[in-house]
Parts: sequence; C-alpha cells; structure tokens
Amino acid sequence: MTSASTNVPAVPTAASPGREIAVRCRAVTKTYGTGNSAVKALRGVDIDVHSGELLMLVGPSGCGKTTLISVIAGVLDRDGGECTVLGEDYARMRSDAKTTFRGRNVGFVFQAFNLIPTLTIAENVSVPMLINGSPRTAAMKAAKDMLAQVGLGERVNDIPSRLSGGQQQRVAIARALVHQPRLLVCDEPTSALDHVTGQKVMELLRQVASAHELSLVVVTHDQRIFEFADRIAEMDDGHIMRITAGSGHKVAAHGAATGAGR
Amino acid sequence: MNLLALKMLLNDRAKYAGIVLGVMLASMVITQQGSIFVGLMSRTFAAITDAGGPDIWVMDPKVQFIDDTKPMQATALNRVRGVPGVAFAAPLYKGLLRVRLDNGEFQNCNVIGLDDATLTGGPPAMLEGKVEDLRRADAVIVDAVGASTRLARKPTTPGGSPVPLKVGDTMELNDRRGVVVGISLNTRSFQSQPTIYTTFSRATQFAPRERKQLTFILVNAAEGEDHDALCERISESTGLAAYTRDQFKWKTVMHFVNNTGIPINFGMAVSLGFVIGALITGFMFFSFTLDNLRFLGTLKAMGTSDRTLLRMILLQAVSVAVVGYGLGIGAAAWFGHSMSGTPLAFRMTWQLLFVAFCAVVVICMLAAMLSIRKVMKLEPAIVFKG
Ligand SMILES: Nc1ncnc2c1ncn2[C@@H]1O[C@H](COP(=O)(O)OP(=O)(O)OP(=O)(O)O)[C@@H](O)[C@H]1O
Ligand SMILES: [Mg+2]
Repeated sequence: MTSASTNVPAVPTAASPGREIAVRCRAVTKTYGTGNSAVKALRGVDIDVHSGELLMLVGPSGCGKTTLISVIAGVLDRDGGECTVLGEDYARMRSDAKTTFRGRNVGFVFQAFNLIPTLTIAENVSVPMLINGSPRTAAMKAAKDMLAQVGLGERVNDIPSRLSGGQQQRVAIARALVHQPRLLVCDEPTSALDHVTGQKVMELLRQVASAHELSLVVVTHDQRIFEFADRIAEMDDGHIMRITAGSGHKVAAHGAATGAGR
Repeated sequence: MNLLALKMLLNDRAKYAGIVLGVMLASMVITQQGSIFVGLMSRTFAAITDAGGPDIWVMDPKVQFIDDTKPMQATALNRVRGVPGVAFAAPLYKGLLRVRLDNGEFQNCNVIGLDDATLTGGPPAMLEGKVEDLRRADAVIVDAVGASTRLARKPTTPGGSPVPLKVGDTMELNDRRGVVVGISLNTRSFQSQPTIYTTFSRATQFAPRERKQLTFILVNAAEGEDHDALCERISESTGLAAYTRDQFKWKTVMHFVNNTGIPINFGMAVSLGFVIGALITGFMFFSFTLDNLRFLGTLKAMGTSDRTLLRMILLQAVSVAVVGYGLGIGAAAWFGHSMSGTPLAFRMTWQLLFVAFCAVVVICMLAAMLSIRKVMKLEPAIVFKG
C-alpha cells in the first residue's frame, strides 16, 4: 500500500524536460461517500507534473485516474495530503477564486468533447475567452485564430454535429487552448476516436504542448498513444505504482507531420 | 455569455417548444378567461354605462346594484336638488315589467323611465328614430337586440326566421298601449331581458300602482365640484345613498362577485391555467436544465462563476417567459377578436395583461429556481464522468 509512494523518487526526471514543477501532489487522498459505501479512490498519491511535459496517467478502470485529474484541475476537493498547482493550493482558495483560477489557467479536453451543440465551433472555442471577460469580438477573433492553428479555419461557422469526431476533438482542443492556460487536463481524449484520428489528435496535443510551454496530463487506456508521453504514470487502486519515461521527445523531434504509424 | 445562454435554449427545440407552450398556455388561459370574466362583469353595469352623463347616482341606501330597485319617496328628488353643489337632478324609473306581445305572449322587460323634461339617462345611440320621439303619445324605444330576439314576432312562414319588432309596432305594458318609435343600440347587459325606454311619467303608469316610483336620481355636479365630497353631502343631508358613476359600477360588480358563483368558476379556470402552465413549464425547464447539465458542468469547470450561470438561467427563463407570454396573449386576443361578432363577453384590459404577465414571470421564476438550485449544487467534476 504505502510502498507505492516510494516509487516516486525513482522517477527518471531526465526523461522530462526538467523544467520547473507545475503540479506537485503529496499523499493526496480522496474518498467518495461515507460508511459502508465509501470508496477510497485516491489512497495517497504522490506525483509531480513539470512545466511543458506531457504526463500520461494509465491504469485499470476504477483505479482513480479521473479522480486524480479532477483534483489537479481543481474541480474536485481532495480530502487529505498536499497539492499545489502553479504554486497555488486549492484548499486555501475560496470557491469563486478557485473558479477564476480554473478559468485562467486550466484547459479541459473531454472524452465526449462536450461542445455546445447549438453554437458554431468558433463560438464554442470563444467560450473560455468570454468566461475570462474578453469582449465578444476579441473572443471570436482569438477563437478563429486558434481554429486555424488546429486546421479548422475553414469550418468556423459550422455547428459541431457537422464535423467528424476527430474534428470535434480538435475543436475541443482549440477551446482548451484559446485562453493560453498553463495546464491542460485531458480525460481519455482519444477513446471516442478511431486509431488514425486518435494519433492525429495526440500529435496536435504534443505540438501545442511544446509550442506553448504547457503542462499536459492525459488520462488514457489507449496503449497506442503511449508513445506521445514524456512520462507515463501507472496507477492502481488509488496509488501511483510506477512512473516510466515515454518516448514523447522523439515523437516531438520527428515533427508532427511524420505521422500516424507506430 | 448571454447570447450563449439564449442559443443553448435551442439545444433541444422540442423541449424549448414545450416550455414556451407551457407559458403560452398559462398566459392564454389567464387572459382569455380573465377577459371573459371582465367582459361579463362589465355587462352587469351596462345600464349605468348606457345612462351616460350623470356624475352621481342617488338611491335608497339598501340598493346593492343597478338592478336592485328599491324606490324612494317622490320628495327625495327635491331634497337632492336642494343640496349645495348639485347643478341638476333628474328622476329615473327602472323596473322589470311584463310586456304582452301582440301574439299574446308575455316577456319580462327592463323598463327605464326618463325624466320627461330632459330625457336624461337615455340610450347611448339610436339605430332608428330619435330619443325625442319619446315625447309622442304612448311612445317607447326598444333596444335592437331585444327587438330582434325576445320581442321579435313569430316567423310568418313555418321554419322561417322571426320578424324583428320595428318602428310603428305596438305592445301592451300592464294593459296600456306602447308604440315603438325608435330602436336603440345598447351595451349588452348581463341579464338578457330587452330594455324598453319611455318617459318617467309614462313608466309610472305602466308600472303596477305603487306608493313609490322613483328608483334613481341622476345628478350632475356643479362646475368644479368634487364628486366624492358631493356624494357625502347628498347622503348626509338626505339620508339617501349617493355614488359616483364609477363607484356605482364597482358596487354593482362587487355584488355579482360576492353573490354569484361566477368568480369562483373563472377563478378555478384561471388557477387551473396557472397551475397546469406552471407544471408544464417547470417540468420542461427543469428537464431542459438536466439535459444541459453536462454543458453547464463544462462551463462551470472551465471557470464560469455561479453568478454567471445564475444569470444565464434567469435570462433563459425570462426569454421563454416573454416569448410564451406574447404568444399567449396573442392567442387570447385573436380569440377575442374572432368572437367579436357574437354575444360572448370579452374585455381584455391592461390590468389583465399585467396580471397574466406577473403570473408568467412567477411561473418562469419558479421553474428557473428548481434549475438554479440544481446548477448551484452541480459538482464541476461531473464533466469527466461518462
Ligand atoms: N462520484 C462518485 N461517487 C462515488 N464513487 C465514485 C465517484 N466517482 C468515482 N467513484 C469511484 O471511485 C473509484 C475511482 O474512480 P475514477 O473515475 O477516478 O476511476 P478511473 O480510473 O477514471 O476509471 P475509468 O478508467 O473507468 O474512467 C471508482 O471505484 C469509482 O467507482
Ligand atoms: Mg475515468
């Protein structure tokens, strides 16, 4: 049980770009419910996420991956332990400060995209800008620029349902990045996509991560995308069991254009 | 974010239509039933409206409404004329008399006897003839609706339409002859008896012999006289009841409100409209919010404050309120308009529209409240749940 945390110091930090630490978790615990029905989702998690790295979180279903990124993203309160994100501790923030912090610094990518169906994709992408108080025209301009960067510059006035799954996920990525957050959390970003599309989405994420000095935490079941990780953290039963170096650098170095194949 | 809130309403068009329909139903039923109620109630004082000019009505203190006739001593007229501030006072006879038609049938009619000298309180408009024609021997004026319905003669051929009473026809009132000299256009009244105008002196001859025949005294106040104050002065110095025209109308309406089941019936219809509208709207709006919880959660996770979400939901509620209200009163107005040629009472007043609007706002706020509670308690962490 406690042995899991001893794995952390063994992490080869050389595999990461070795910059400052964006997220630092120590002995983080989270239990859902109380009494007989209580589920200990996090049993003492230690993990660091470095600035500019892509950390993948893998493990069997129910091991606590989603719970952990929820805590890191500040949408779920931890029960115990320490956790600082970009130097701030959610536990010391009031709820509205936490909301503002998320709006400024965190980007989200979901398995189900969660795009608002009646908004055009440009409007969808402009939402984080609006949340942060940008005027509508500025927000729309930023959204269109971002969509151009993810290769959807021609589709800005389409509604999400007219796009393919991969395109929708690219819209979601544009939305997650448009306000230039410093931390991106992605829960199973490729599991609703076919293999080739999933690869392309990961390439895109990799690319923007290196371009924007962004820390990415990607939860996934999909072994085929492990190659995009700088480091891979394996979770089981509420613990981090092992952290290994990924081959993300090579992929990044090869350039995103090289491709889909493994 | 506001535009976004409005566009989100269209996420599910069917549900949006349902919400709007709920609001529309409520505002339509409330204004439509309300308008019929107000229409019916304003018919109760049709006779006061039709009497036109007089500022003040004086009557026996026990009188409760316009058709409640409790005649006063003939001397009352002079006593009222003696009250300072009274510029002019005329007698008015009002009573229900049995009229014998020339086919031998009887019909109860509202007989109004106008001051012989001035013909004060006469019909508001004439279809045929002139009010002054009442000065001719045995003259009566009959209202147009009465003339063509209850007072009409039997069809000349079997199965044909009845023949309306017309100028020159005669009738018998309490064994005395009446000759129709004119047809008047009256406001439809609550009781559907025909109205027959004649002079005060002739009316007292038509009426069964009674000691007292003076039903009302119609008073015009002197220039610049305060009507309320004059009413008080009249009742103090004569012991009679004196009301301004509006007070008497109101008293009449209140009599019907308090002594008939009409308000209860309409009240139930209106409440039902309100409750059903509220249920539909509340249910649909809440279910709409539930459907959108994933998006609202996403917005919350992405940093939208509770205050902004609250504003968005309120805006959504207000927008369905406005659209539903507009459609509802539009439908009610259309209904009223399409019924305008019929005997149906329908009177849409701004007060009614205001009440319906308030009801709709209440409905939408109740609906929004449920949703707001849900969204405030929403954990943004749900966004990661499948
Ligand atoms: N809101 C909740 N209430 C109660 N239990 C929960 C809740 N959310 C998660 N759990 C439980 O906590 C444990 C960890 O859940 P979590 O969603 O973090 O797992 P996961 O690793 O993301 O799984 P998956 O790969 O299936 O998405 C599971 O046993 C789950 O059933
Ligand atoms: Mg999960």
